[in-house]
Amino acid sequence: MTIKERQDEIIDEFSIFSDWMDKYEYIISLGKELPMINEANKTDDNIIKGCQSQVWLNGQLENGKILFTADSDAIITKGIIALLIRVVSDQTPNEILNNELYFIDQIGLKEHLSPTRSNGLVSMVKKMKLFALGYKAKTEN
Amino acid sequence: MSFNIEALRNEFPILSRKVNGQPLVYFDNGATAQKPQVMIDALNNYYSFENANIHRGVHSLSQEATTAFEAARTKAQVYFNAAKSEEIIFTKGTTDGINLLAGSFGRTFINEGDEVIISTMEHHSNIVPWQMICDERKAKLRIAPINEKGELLLDELKAMVNEKTQLISIVHISNALGTINPVKEIIDFAHANDVLVMIDGAQSVPHMKIDVQVWDCDFFVFSAHKMFGPTGIGILYGKEHLLNKMPPYQGGGDMIKTVSFERTTYNELPHKFEAGTPNIAAGVALNATFDFLNKLDWKVIHTHETELLDYATAELKKIDGLRIIGEAANKASVISFLVDGTHPFDVGVILDQMGIAVRTGHHCTQPLMDWYKIPGTIRASFAIYNTKKEVDKMIVALNRAIKMLR
Repeated sequence: MTIKERQDEIIDEFSIFSDWMDKYEYIISLGKELPMINEANKTDDNIIKGCQSQVWLNGQLENGKILFTADSDAIITKGIIALLIRVVSDQTPNEILNNELYFIDQIGLKEHLSPTRSNGLVSMVKKMKLFALGYKAKTEN
Repeated sequence: MSFNIEALRNEFPILSRKVNGQPLVYFDNGATAQKPQVMIDALNNYYSFENANIHRGVHSLSQEATTAFEAARTKAQVYFNAAKSEEIIFTKGTTDGINLLAGSFGRTFINEGDEVIISTMEHHSNIVPWQMICDERKAKLRIAPINEKGELLLDELKAMVNEKTQLISIVHISNALGTINPVKEIIDFAHANDVLVMIDGAQSVPHMKIDVQVWDCDFFVFSAHKMFGPTGIGILYGKEHLLNKMPPYQGGGDMIKTVSFERTTYNELPHKFEAGTPNIAAGVALNATFDFLNKLDWKVIHTHETELLDYATAELKKIDGLRIIGEAANKASVISFLVDGTHPFDVGVILDQMGIAVRTGHHCTQPLMDWYKIPGTIRASFAIYNTKKEVDKMIVALNRAIKMLR
């Protein structure tokens, strides 16, 4: 599935939630289910310190595609990370760099990506793109 | 006097709005307080009908604006009982006031080997400016410790004072813990040892009326927006003889007497410290804010806020796994807490969905959070217009959030 198709699938899933509680319960469950990041990858390089919660993000290139793993101390942040990983992981660096992430806005979680939330998510999206840039440079050289 | 809370609430238009479809419960007063209609009207009226630059125009509009702006200074002097209006310096806020003091007082009075004392519970704005100036002047910044309840260890602070101590800069009420520090005792002790004291009153001004001459503090800073006034303006109070010994902090218009390329002479107090066009609109709105504040009965408010604090503390303690951070014997209506098995950020997000505004995070007191070995807290901070009914709503919402998150 392309990044766009994955985003549209999530938007479709979220459209069935009639109230915020259902939505957040789903996000919380995603956060609880997010596979653990390898402890060895929780390095200082991979940490994104928000004002409120922190995020660890690691990206590994396998067969030309980046596999992301992540963690956060806050469960809602972790749930949103799970969604981001679902969209962006296992894609090529070019696809990651060339696609807009519009689903967060469309499923009504825009405030989590605004700088005011300071939860590290904005920096996380940036860091995902940085991983893509880095691996792109590596594979093209 | 009976306290008509509904009438008081009606003066604050924002309190009747909804957030996420729910009536707003505003418990983030420690960050900023809401605004009464009189202050909003003054701000609006200034830009609509009074706008002009001050202290320079001969035309009527400029004179009117100057009068309205300077009236705020006089009202501040009376309200805080400063000896003279020249002792009231307008700043951008608490942070700006402390930076002014660190920059001007620091470069004059703090020398190599000298010491400045702050406490473990300081906000970053009463840490970093002192770190910067102590670095620059090769002086030492010392930190007075606290106990587990979040109370200042007064004896240890006193033991830190020596002949090298130039200043104690301490918060009156901790924004993260609610602790009220015994500032009068600190000031008296400091003065007996020839040490000056600055009090950070950012969190005190919405809860009580302060008399700088009763305290006899040397400097006092706060922001207007925390006491129901406009953002972008605050006050640094300083004793006249000290302010006179301090050099200007910023250069520019308004702070000068004469300027030539060879030599500039500086204006007198308070203008010496107010370079450039000030936040005139905020000054005019602050003037109206004092009218609002002057109508309040602080004794009644104290009783009301104490009731809220006691009630909320008791209700919160009924929640399984809830831990209150900051249990000082003398506390303002601020409650920081943590709930086992949840992260403050997650709780804050869920409460927001139910229309309840609390602060989560480290509250710009990272060293204090490190001291407690916690990442941050959830903080409910109450103001004059909050009610027990709102506390009940928060408790219901909190129980719901915990159920979702655990």
